[in-house]
Amino acid sequence: MEDPTLISRWQFAFTIVYHYLFPQLTMGLALLLVVLKTLYLRRGDEAYNVAARFWGKIFAITFVMGVVTGIPMEFQFGTNWAAFSAFAGDIIAQTLAMEGAFAFFLESAFLGIFLFGERRFGQRVHWFSALMVFVGTWASGYFILATNSWMQNPVGYEEVAGGGVRISDYWAVLLNPYVFVQFAHNQGGAVVTGAFAMAGLGAYYLLARQHEHFGRMFVRVGLIAAVIGSVWMLFPTGHLASEQVAEKKPVALAAMEGQFETEQPAGLVIVGQPDMERERIDNPIVIPRALSFLVYQNWGAEVKGLEAYPQVNWPDNIPLLYYSYHVMVGLGTIFIAITVVAVFLLWRRKLFESRWMLWILMLATPFPFIANTAGWLTAELGRQPWLVYGLLRTQEGVSPLVSSGNVLFTLIGFAGMYLIMGLLYFVLMVREVAHGPEAEEEPSGESLTT
Amino acid sequence: METLWFVLVAFMLTMYVLLDGFDLGAGAIHTFIAKSDEERRLVLKSIGPVWDGNEVWIIAAGGTLFFSFPLLYASGFSGFYLPLIIVLWLLMIRGLSIELRGHIESPVWATFWDGMFFLGSSLLSIFYGVALGNVVRGVPLGEDGYFFQPLWTNFSPTNPNPGILDWYTILIGLLALVALVVHGASWVAVKTEGELNARARRAARIGWVALVALTAITTAATFSLRPGMLSSFSERPWGFVFPSLAVAGLVLVGYFGFRRRDRPAFLSSGAYIAGMMASTAFAIYPKVLPAVEPENSLTVHNASGSTYGLTVGLIWWTIGMVLAAIYFILIYRLFRGKVSLEDDGY
Repeated sequence: MEDPTLISRWQFAFTIVYHYLFPQLTMGLALLLVVLKTLYLRRGDEAYNVAARFWGKIFAITFVMGVVTGIPMEFQFGTNWAAFSAFAGDIIAQTLAMEGAFAFFLESAFLGIFLFGERRFGQRVHWFSALMVFVGTWASGYFILATNSWMQNPVGYEEVAGGGVRISDYWAVLLNPYVFVQFAHNQGGAVVTGAFAMAGLGAYYLLARQHEHFGRMFVRVGLIAAVIGSVWMLFPTGHLASEQVAEKKPVALAAMEGQFETEQPAGLVIVGQPDMERERIDNPIVIPRALSFLVYQNWGAEVKGLEAYPQVNWPDNIPLLYYSYHVMVGLGTIFIAITVVAVFLLWRRKLFESRWMLWILMLATPFPFIANTAGWLTAELGRQPWLVYGLLRTQEGVSPLVSSGNVLFTLIGFAGMYLIMGLLYFVLMVREVAHGPEAEEEPSGESLTT
Repeated sequence: METLWFVLVAFMLTMYVLLDGFDLGAGAIHTFIAKSDEERRLVLKSIGPVWDGNEVWIIAAGGTLFFSFPLLYASGFSGFYLPLIIVLWLLMIRGLSIELRGHIESPVWATFWDGMFFLGSSLLSIFYGVALGNVVRGVPLGEDGYFFQPLWTNFSPTNPNPGILDWYTILIGLLALVALVVHGASWVAVKTEGELNARARRAARIGWVALVALTAITTAATFSLRPGMLSSFSERPWGFVFPSLAVAGLVLVGYFGFRRRDRPAFLSSGAYIAGMMASTAFAIYPKVLPAVEPENSLTVHNASGSTYGLTVGLIWWTIGMVLAAIYFILIYRLFRGKVSLEDDGY
């Protein structure tokens, strides 16, 4: 543990993975809050409004966690990755600063109105504030993804004498072709997380025979969003995302798929363990020709393996990349199966009596968090060994004078703080769930802040 | 163009200190002026809808600094590694304390978060002052534009390898704490009535006396330590408008404070803070990060982003700030007036 690059990577990875547990839920719930408020205004059923208040409270607690764990992300570019910031700051800081100017101010202002202003300003303003919170959280996601997309697929830049790059085409950076697929795929993932959380809690209430009216509503609304989101994750967005990787980063694709050798046609590895010493997959279960078809829509196409690329450009943790990718795809497939069956039962009006299905929905709640995390590990490990793909290697981006001991100190500090924050969040969530939506009948809660 | 962005970044940082300053100050004194649970909830309620938006200014200012002066961001943030991460931890603790206190009704829970709110707010105020003190004193920048400062060395600002903390930067930290206490107490006075209002006014008055003394001491210390800072003013005498604003604000805080006129007192303390921030920015310009070895200093010329990037940025920045100004005016108008617990309107 004496390599500052490695510890800085651990710190960034740890803090970003932990951070993103919260925004994926708030971005998904922000959309569902708009749905609930809209249903209330259109149908006039007070229960939808009570549900919106209840989920608004869960949203607010989660949002706070997202805000406080998000602050270290922007700062770490400067503290731990100073050489990268100096190298690419002229470009990535454009999108990061735009996030502050266009998303954060919007979010914070309208969240205040959403949480504090329902009685004072009336239902239309309240609905509008929910919409603006949704726009703000998703805009925030766009700017971050535009930043990440530039690191995955640098565009609109020119090299500067003496090292570094500067922006040459603003719109090319902001409208990087890479970001559209990333955004569509990532926001779909957030909807899946939010929708499974809503359906899962509804299933819990039905199984526990508490708040059953709301339980049925949560399952219905959550499940419809979940099935749309789950299918969207495979097609078109998942498909487009892997095509994009195949085109821009074929070496990452080969690592994700566990494709060591170039093959024609290539099979799709479903299960198996990468064996880096022998450069093969142990205990493989393979669907013949399937990889050729998925990548090139041609059952006979050649797919290049890792051997076709110089080893210095291989991602530096191929097994973890391979597992992350397979966990993401595997869970995504399972989500589609669960939601399609559950929607069928809902349509046949049998879902609320099918307790086995409610059990599955309840127990599925944490898995979208894992799938989203695995998806991000796939994207970021696939970018390695580059910090900016093809332009700057990761070890060239670290702060030159920050020693490993100092970074280890702060990494341990973050770990301790995040452990406590996780416990607090868990306690507060358990309390909200135990109180249930019926405690939200009155638009004023006594509590002061939310 | 670089100079314009220097002004804009300084403007955003000043906005941050003005806005988040009053809720930091409120946090630093709320355990002293608000005795009962009701009163503490009133203090929190006076900042409840706005503190998060106020804090966005530091994130937005950080982003704007990163984009307009990437080398300053890279050098400064890595050089101040430990104190910056500690500031992050304090920001996190403080945010949680404001938002989570109301979720469980228990005296133990509430008191714990009150303590965290006090700790986070007061230490952050001091750290911001210390950071400003470091910039004024200068940091040990190498020829490559990087430095790394330990938290302390021998506490002497004239050491060629100064630490983050020395007697000068600690002095500026105390000045910042007292200035924000006055600012925060004035805000609480504006937003409350009765006993709490009276105690907030008293805190602001006591703070004001300390502030006058500290302002005089730090000004003397700054010019004896960095006589060069005076040259900015002698070369461009119009700059005296900034210290004059600070002095006028300081005098008026006392004037209105003793006449129990809360709103003008709060605005005057804002003028004082803006004047002090502007004076500092004016004095260090064209440097953005002065070095112990003056020729290694980062300036607006050698640390800025590309001209094209800065030009494009000016367009979206202006749009973004106009939008932000609209939200802020809206929010502060919607939530204007004194706070009370009965008519909580949500």
